[in-house]
Amino acid sequence: MIQADLTIILPEIILALYAMAALLGAVYTTKDGLAPLLVWTTAGLMALLAIWIATQGEGTNVAFNGMFVDDGFARFAKVAILLSAGAVLVMSQEYMARRDLLRFEYPLLVALAAVGMMMMVSAGDLMSLYMGLELQSLSLYVVAALRRDSAKSTEAGLKYFVLGALSSGLLLYGASLVYGFTGTTLFSGIITTVQAGDVSIGLLFGLIFMISGLAFKVSAVPFHMWTPDVYEGSPTPITAFFATAPKVAAMALFARLMHDAFGGIVKDWQQVIVLLSVLSMLLGAVAAIGQRDIKRLMAFSSIAHMGYALIGLAAGTELGIKAMLMYLAIYVTMNIGTFAFILMMERDGKPITDIDALRQYSKRDPGKALAVLILMFSLAGVPPMLGFFAKFGVWQAGVSAGLTGLVIVSAIASVIGAFYYLRIVFYMYFGAENEEPIETRSTPVLWVALMGSAALMLVGIFYQFGVEGAAAAAAATLVN
Amino acid sequence: MDNILSIVTFIPAIAAGILALFLHGDDAAAQRNAKWIALLATTVTFLVSIGIYTGFDPSNPGFQMVEEGEWLMGLKYKMGVDGISVLFVLLTTFIMPLTILASWNVTDRVKEYMVAFLLLETLMLGVFMALDLVLFYLFFEAGLIPMFLIIGIWGGKDRVYASFKFFLYTFLGSVLMLVAMVAMYADAGTTDIEALMTHQFSSESFSVLGIYVVGGMQTLMFLAFFASFAVKMPMWPVHTWLPDAHVQAPTAGSVVLAAILLKMGGYGFLRFSLPMFPVGSAVMTDLVLWMSAIAVVYTSLVALVQEDMKKLIAYSSVAHMGFVTMGIFAANQQGIDGAIFQMLSHGFISAALFLCVGVIYDRMHTRDIEAYGGLVIRMPAYALVFMLFTMANVGLPGTSGFIGEFLTLMGAFQVNTWVTAVAATGVIFSAGYALWLYRRVVFGDLIKESLKAMTDMSSRERLIFAPLIVMTILLGVYPSLVTDVIGQSTAALISNYDTALAAAEAATQTAASH
Repeated sequence: MIQADLTIILPEIILALYAMAALLGAVYTTKDGLAPLLVWTTAGLMALLAIWIATQGEGTNVAFNGMFVDDGFARFAKVAILLSAGAVLVMSQEYMARRDLLRFEYPLLVALAAVGMMMMVSAGDLMSLYMGLELQSLSLYVVAALRRDSAKSTEAGLKYFVLGALSSGLLLYGASLVYGFTGTTLFSGIITTVQAGDVSIGLLFGLIFMISGLAFKVSAVPFHMWTPDVYEGSPTPITAFFATAPKVAAMALFARLMHDAFGGIVKDWQQVIVLLSVLSMLLGAVAAIGQRDIKRLMAFSSIAHMGYALIGLAAGTELGIKAMLMYLAIYVTMNIGTFAFILMMERDGKPITDIDALRQYSKRDPGKALAVLILMFSLAGVPPMLGFFAKFGVWQAGVSAGLTGLVIVSAIASVIGAFYYLRIVFYMYFGAENEEPIETRSTPVLWVALMGSAALMLVGIFYQFGVEGAAAAAAATLVN
Repeated sequence: MDNILSIVTFIPAIAAGILALFLHGDDAAAQRNAKWIALLATTVTFLVSIGIYTGFDPSNPGFQMVEEGEWLMGLKYKMGVDGISVLFVLLTTFIMPLTILASWNVTDRVKEYMVAFLLLETLMLGVFMALDLVLFYLFFEAGLIPMFLIIGIWGGKDRVYASFKFFLYTFLGSVLMLVAMVAMYADAGTTDIEALMTHQFSSESFSVLGIYVVGGMQTLMFLAFFASFAVKMPMWPVHTWLPDAHVQAPTAGSVVLAAILLKMGGYGFLRFSLPMFPVGSAVMTDLVLWMSAIAVVYTSLVALVQEDMKKLIAYSSVAHMGFVTMGIFAANQQGIDGAIFQMLSHGFISAALFLCVGVIYDRMHTRDIEAYGGLVIRMPAYALVFMLFTMANVGLPGTSGFIGEFLTLMGAFQVNTWVTAVAATGVIFSAGYALWLYRRVVFGDLIKESLKAMTDMSSRERLIFAPLIVMTILLGVYPSLVTDVIGQSTAALISNYDTALAAAEAATQTAASH
């Protein structure tokens, strides 16, 4: 029995063992000298695991008496997590090395965070949920403060830690209430109680607390306060990481909890998600207008995008989950490209994050400017870019679930949000000349990431590399 | 050629791709190549599109030359033309080579300029041919991107403000339409425009947020589409983006905007609003008619006091579009035929007028009416051309402008006499501002020193105007060229509309009698 369980959880075990072995190896040998190699091996291993999971995984497998679920939904999320984490790792290597930030702990912490995220999306029990979440969070707290000699970076780490601990506390308190009122920590047990119509006020209390905790992790308003500061303070590659894999993991976990444990009472939690979604979209759109720092801007952008993705969750249907997964996949792709560009932005070797520095950038580097233009319009949800189809998907799910009001609000928010994406285009293409133009130092990896993700925004209209089918299958396994 | 529609649509895009990928450098040779490639591509597109016209069967009211294929997310790639859209396709392919010719003096980022225009052509053609809701939206909306860049990069002094206003105004209208499209998809289960035309959307009245909505879902959807098309049209009072955009856009941008982009609103009303939401349209008809009448009179008066030539013509465009919406919502044969005719005719005339402004702007770099006067002395040929199009703009019999205005007024008269009476005064106002503009620019003494060195039109400029002159007069004396093509499709549209209204009426009465 235990052997069958271990087979199911093998990818996580491999990644965890690798992280620990590499940690020992690095400590006993050259330490930071090994870091560049570790970045590549970690990313390579992640890519291999992603391919393995994508091609080999089949059916729904349950391990450890339901604590760990390996189904199509989990696999979809894991592939997205592993690929984006790997991509961000290789993108960051050169940036970190030149700023003396490339310590051997960095790739390993990312690997451990990835293990945590894989646990999260496969959680079938409140305890494994919490374990995965904490493994992820603790790794992230440390990487946020990776630049030890920078006040901003340490502040970001500390802020993230304190608020994160608070949200974990909320989540844990909610979990304890849920356990208390249902008598079980297993999702399959909770849903039996819930579907039997036995939804007491205490259980709802627990549910709300858990939603609050998770909303913090996906940085949904009003639990978003940490996001801009942490995005701004952390070294840019870390910001790129925050904006991608953990968001997918947290959203997937959110969806899993809502459907696997509380699937029978969609009406009871729908309005809460709707509220989170509306607030996130509006605040993300409005607050970003005043931002001049592109990292803060992307923080608000990601808040808004999580709001749109939450529409899919709020729909509470299979179509909604599919749309949410598609949204996340497209969102991650866009963000990887955008952050690849942010990583390139510098002047005299110093990173620049002021969007003012982008003035007339298109004259100096038309190719990259065009790629950023495509990404910006895609983020704004303007067709024909793929970002439009992401929004179309969640709106379709929203309307068919009867949430037309929510969809109208999100339509208006998307127009407000379009303003700040357009402003970046405006600076690049028709702003006045800047006395101090930025340089963009592009390494092959960053160039490929930027151009690749921009190209995907257009190619995706014709061919989606099977992502749509996988998302549909994943949604079908989660909602039944 | 089975897929002539796709071929026509994507020739410009392919040319744009070739330009973007294979043409390097920004020296004189590269600039010349970019212009020639763009001219060649648009001309070829026009020549191929003649095949659409010859292959089109005017006696068939349905969609022709339909192409269909699978696309992502359960959507379809479906293209086709009917009597309503086929002439807009031709208008687009006809105007584009002229705009490229009109841009021959551009020197700043020529390659990008041509790429933007070529992509814009593909997107505009797609709008008129798309037979899938989302495909339509994609083309409709994506056209904003090149236009945003054209105004923003190659525009005038206040281009930033104008480009943002243009983009956000139209984007807001469009997303509301998208929400309605999503709702239609959810209701009908398909995004196929042909199928949606026969689908009956519920017209049962209900209350939303305490407001009683007559016509129910149809009215709400109508309003959502209206938000988009009225902005695009543009109708009073949401027309304010247009003068800004026109004034700041480069000449070719203004031409495309006036000749083609504005027609998307009217086309949208005919393709979506009337056939798909007949009850909603009927509920809103009076409002739209009055908005049209106000637009005609109000914007004509505003045009009278303009000091900027482009702004004056922009306001005159809004007034002329008022006739179009009036004709469409009269919902009878004369009205709708007239509206389509007016849109096509306005496509030629307004394009020509903006080009006329472009001719003297290229020489003097100002659009102030004050700066000119007495041009007829130095530029007789120009004075003649400008006069012809001024007259056409006024609606002089013998030019295409007359037919359109007359038909729409006649159509509207049968529905609402008062609206027609008010709108008819607009004809007088338009004579007022157009003739006054002409008098101030062309007649009078040539007293300004700076004007004394003006040269008359070059052969390139004459070449641009020639086809426009031919079309304006040809349509003015032989309007059946247009009405024969569109007649069957509009007749079918109107009979479907009337049937749907009668059916809804009957349903309400049965419901009331029970």
